[in-house]
Amino acid sequence: MTDLAWIHGALTAARPQAVGALLRYFRDMDRAEEAFQDACLRALKSWPEKGPPRDPTAWLILVGRNAALDGVRKQGRTTELPPDDQISDLGDAESELAERLDGSHYRDDVLRLLFICCHPELPATQQIALALRIVSGLTVPQIARAFLVSETAMEQRITRAKARIAKADVPFETPGPVERAQRLAAVAAMVYLVFNEGYSAGNDPERAPLCDEAIRLARLLLRLFQTEPEIMGLTALMLLQQARLGARFDAQGEVILLDDQDRALWDAKLINEGLALMDKAMRHNRPGPYQVQAAIAAIHSRAATPAQTDWAGIDGLYLALERMQPSPVVTLNRAVAIAKLHGPAAALDMIGPLEKALAGYFHYFGTRGWLLLQLGRNQEARVAFDRAIALANTPAEAAHIRRHLDRLMASAEG
Amino acid sequence: MLYTVLCYNREDVVWSWTKEEDEAVMSRLSVVHEKLVREGKLGPSLRLLPTTAATTLRDGDMVIDGPFAETKEQLLGFYIIDVENLDAALDVAKQLSAANPTSVYEIRPIALYVPEARPNAPKEKIKVY
Repeated sequence: MTDLAWIHGALTAARPQAVGALLRYFRDMDRAEEAFQDACLRALKSWPEKGPPRDPTAWLILVGRNAALDGVRKQGRTTELPPDDQISDLGDAESELAERLDGSHYRDDVLRLLFICCHPELPATQQIALALRIVSGLTVPQIARAFLVSETAMEQRITRAKARIAKADVPFETPGPVERAQRLAAVAAMVYLVFNEGYSAGNDPERAPLCDEAIRLARLLLRLFQTEPEIMGLTALMLLQQARLGARFDAQGEVILLDDQDRALWDAKLINEGLALMDKAMRHNRPGPYQVQAAIAAIHSRAATPAQTDWAGIDGLYLALERMQPSPVVTLNRAVAIAKLHGPAAALDMIGPLEKALAGYFHYFGTRGWLLLQLGRNQEARVAFDRAIALANTPAEAAHIRRHLDRLMASAEG
Repeated sequence: MLYTVLCYNREDVVWSWTKEEDEAVMSRLSVVHEKLVREGKLGPSLRLLPTTAATTLRDGDMVIDGPFAETKEQLLGFYIIDVENLDAALDVAKQLSAANPTSVYEIRPIALYVPEARPNAPKEKIKVY
């Protein structure tokens, strides 16, 4: 007897590898997905009675492939799935297949599947939607809710994205080391986009699961690419950020800044996993942007109170990140460390030149207002906060700035 | 007799459980744990972080990312050590390896550690074979 919840978990866990392998056989996304669906239906029928197979993924690939091939053979007739006794006899074939489907096969299959979703012609939101549908197996309504669009709109978006990748040249040959590294970098960026989509939504229950999904994908990548320090860094970064979820919002759903968060609410298990991965990554001495960002998050995680934060360490890491990935947003973040180390005036000088590049960026004006407020330049702070509210991405962000403004008003009256 | 009971499962499934699913399993387990504590049967117990957090030491100085993954060798024993970080843990593993060079040592961080619960737990070494 096998727990139904366990079966659902096993099917979800097997999906990237199974669909990836089926795509390699059929070289057709729709057929691969259909074959996987068929195999899942078979599994739901067979596993509760017979218990799960030793290698569920290999079972699903084999049954899915057979079902699809059977469908092709019977073209013109009513398509039937292979009879049950045929499937129950899979023992030997299964172990043989599992033998052939060793880690390196799975690795390139999963990477290919994710990489297809990262097609450069697809806008970021379509890449994410496609990955969630194809790789994670989220339903269209689930994805539609996560992106706050109607199901029809999301259905169309995914269909269009699929049509585009169907026309594109999908690379089926085994990639060389350079190409594999390029694919991995593109896929890592996409996984982080999935995470940020959920993270920026904050406490919205429909969108927050995107963070869990991104972490699941990162752990999958890490199992397949165990020696890549940037994948360790990416996974650690997301774990350390996700660890703060329970402390980032108050009961009214309003943002609580890092300094004001109840650190007892941080998830110690996620932090430990993130720190353990950072320990592993550091040993490689091959720093990269994800590792640096994770190291910054790790400094926050290690500080028992805000006052114990190693701001000099954070400043140094942002400086390293600026060199790796020059961006006004990175400089803006570094300015927060500078404010803590050298005071708000120095930080304000630093972000002044960024205003043109970040004219549409909520956090720029939020940070500017926060610095001006510390300098007692309340009138200017108010102007900055007003612009921040106009640029807020979520109601929680706007509410947070409004609280600053309310405090300003109160102090002006007092 | 003292026994260890080793728990195996698919970590890609288990570490994908939602918080609710995880808590449901843990609360079912804790009923068993509490019963065992009352019966004076439960020594230390722990939950490991996933194998992605593991590092393996082979041949005394070869450090490999990831878990021990061979099928030729079998699990023969384990240590719980309290050290600062992975480097310090590897240092301990290297000392063990120097004393017992043919063994492979997987270093896996512990996610949850529940200490000894038996009130009359022996303090001295117990050899049962």
